[in-house]
Amino acid sequence: MTTHKILVFKRFERLWHWSQMALIFTLLFSGFAVHGVYNLIEFGDAVTVHTWAALVLLALWAFAVFWLFTTGQWRHYIPTADNFITVARFYAFGIFKEEHHPYRKTYRRKHNPLQALTYLMVKIVIFPAIWISGIAYLLISFGQGEIFSWIGLGPIALAHTIAALAVLLFVIAHVYLLTTGHSFIDHVKPMITGYDDVELSNEELAYLKADEPGVLKEGD
Amino acid sequence: MINHYPPAYRRRMYRFNYISLSFSILILTLGWVTTTLASSDSKIEIGISEYTKTDERHAIFKPKKESKATTDHTKLKELQGPFFSGPEVTKACLECHNTAGHQFMKNKHWTWDYKHPKTGQHLGKSVLINNFCTNARGNEGMCAQCHAGYNMDSPDFDFTNQENMDCLVCHESTGTYYKTPTSKGNKACSVMFEGKPAIDWAAVAKSVEMPTRNNCGKCHFYGGGGDNVKHGDLSSVLFDPPKEVDVHMSEAGEGFTCVTCHVGEGHEWAGSRYEMLVNDETGTGKPGMPRETASCESCHSASPHPITSVQGIKLNSHTQTVACETCHIPAIARGGVATEVDWDWRTMGKLKDGEGFKLKEYTQGDGHHRATYKSIKGTFTYAEDLEPMYAWFDGTMNYTTIATKFNPSKGPIDINSFSGSHDDPGSRIYPFKRMHTTQPYDKGNNTLPYMHLWGNDDSALWGNYDFGKAIEAGMKKNGIPYSGEWGFIETYSYWPINHMVAPKDDALSCSSCHSHDGRLDHLEGFYMPGRGKNEMLDLIGLLAVLGTLGGVLGHGALRMIATRRRKV
Repeated sequence: MTTHKILVFKRFERLWHWSQMALIFTLLFSGFAVHGVYNLIEFGDAVTVHTWAALVLLALWAFAVFWLFTTGQWRHYIPTADNFITVARFYAFGIFKEEHHPYRKTYRRKHNPLQALTYLMVKIVIFPAIWISGIAYLLISFGQGEIFSWIGLGPIALAHTIAALAVLLFVIAHVYLLTTGHSFIDHVKPMITGYDDVELSNEELAYLKADEPGVLKEGD
Repeated sequence: MINHYPPAYRRRMYRFNYISLSFSILILTLGWVTTTLASSDSKIEIGISEYTKTDERHAIFKPKKESKATTDHTKLKELQGPFFSGPEVTKACLECHNTAGHQFMKNKHWTWDYKHPKTGQHLGKSVLINNFCTNARGNEGMCAQCHAGYNMDSPDFDFTNQENMDCLVCHESTGTYYKTPTSKGNKACSVMFEGKPAIDWAAVAKSVEMPTRNNCGKCHFYGGGGDNVKHGDLSSVLFDPPKEVDVHMSEAGEGFTCVTCHVGEGHEWAGSRYEMLVNDETGTGKPGMPRETASCESCHSASPHPITSVQGIKLNSHTQTVACETCHIPAIARGGVATEVDWDWRTMGKLKDGEGFKLKEYTQGDGHHRATYKSIKGTFTYAEDLEPMYAWFDGTMNYTTIATKFNPSKGPIDINSFSGSHDDPGSRIYPFKRMHTTQPYDKGNNTLPYMHLWGNDDSALWGNYDFGKAIEAGMKKNGIPYSGEWGFIETYSYWPINHMVAPKDDALSCSSCHSHDGRLDHLEGFYMPGRGKNEMLDLIGLLAVLGTLGGVLGHGALRMIATRRRKV
């Protein structure tokens, strides 16, 4: 096993991540304005911004889901018990003793088990909650939501707000965890350049060299 | 000749204004000389005269548009006269318009009578009690100046005699036509109607046309005893409003008259406060299909906003819950004429040197002084550019009538209450003017009484200033039992607001309602974004965010401490 710099985050994945970030910040800002938390933006403008940003994000998610399944990248999110306790123990204790992070990225698992489980929960619980309630809200409030009207706008808005809070909590924790590496920059950089240190077996290395040009960083 | 007023009319109008101006100056001067009070405060006006000033504003003339009518009434030999009374003119009208009498006989302007189709209540001016002058019944001598008939001086009026119908009040177009009380009031009131030029019956008869705002306005703009007193959205401003006051009636806007919207056929037309249409989902109907509906939707449809923006689409779905008027009439009593919002009868009857007087201490936007006190009526409070009251409304009004018993300890009595709720798909959030009054009631029977206001006798309130006598006489006249004991009670009445629609740029913004302490903050029982009503959720959300922030900050702080320790 040797460590190499390889292209972990493909161009689409990086585009997806950063546009999703921008849209989520826009949606959080405009959404909590619609909820009535602050008056930093006029209500009508907040509704317009929120609606358009939500529609763009839905389109982006449609592409992302397609990408995840057609490229097989979805396998990175399969929950695993391997190293789970070790990684959890690191964040609870080891991190204070300046221990090294126990997890090494591999070609098949670019996320540590805690990370993978969190992202999976975001993908299959929080995001569906927000877009299902969001679409229902949008349809009802645009006069097309007869199929949802038995629930009523109130409960749908409540579910949407709770899901939005969960997104906000995820964002806070996600940004904080970027500081737990050598430096904040070190953690953000791979999502910008796409390259990160990954442990490769000899077979993987040989395969990448032979069949995936551009994945192994030049001169590595 | 029919397109413009003949020069002779114009000259007469100027002369008329000049005469009445001189007349007012004379009265004022006399007041100065004869009273010491007037010299100390020029806002006090001796006498109880009500209408000498407003008369001047009853008509505003503009060049007439070319008529497309097939009959030029000025040339009809039947209308050349001479006529010596209103009924003679009516007789001439009915000779050609031989179904008009039968039609108008069913009209509320004639019957003053209305049976509510849903509540079954017997309503109409002939029976109702309001919280302004209180009751027309028994005071027809004064109040029937706004009855579309001749000589109604008591409830026993002959409603079957077509010749008593007043065609001219709605159809004449010279502005020289007027009506006076049909019976004599107290001597203190007689000064009100003196000094008017005689009506030229043939001239007014020949001038007939479709009703203009001058015809409707001379009664409807002055309901409750003065300009805009009653409705709040119907004032003399509408004779010639700037566009920002009324986008439809302004010459710079659409130049509508009242009957452009209050359409109908056969002397029945749309628009009633007793039974309102608040949820017109039919909208514009099919092309060429005239709808006899005075709703916004009948012209603008139920989806009037452009669907080229998110807000436009969103506003269109608002029409399912919010009346157009709610956003598009941002304030009541705009354009410089105030409306009354409080009337306190308790102060009625103060005199100066034995005479009734008026105190004019409110100066409204157009510079006119409004009476804040009248000996015959009590104390008034005015408002302009007033934010409406908003409530769910299904269009059905319920009235506290002469027959309604109430519990006086249960706070102010609603003269008219209404139903409606968020859960009723036929209800809309609607704007209202709320009128608050402290007025007399029958303390023994817990009912509102009829008062005898008008009459040349020793019990009419206006002149004798005695509630007890006025109530006793008013009830006796109508054969209604009176306990003999009266007191004061607070009342509210609610006036749906439909007129003075502002240009779209002046409509309410989203955040007028979708905000903390917004205009709809008080409406309960439904979700509306932006109001911040779910305090529980907000608290849990705040705790969760603070908890997470605290967690990561704590975790970060421990890391820093650990790092520092190792370095030491």
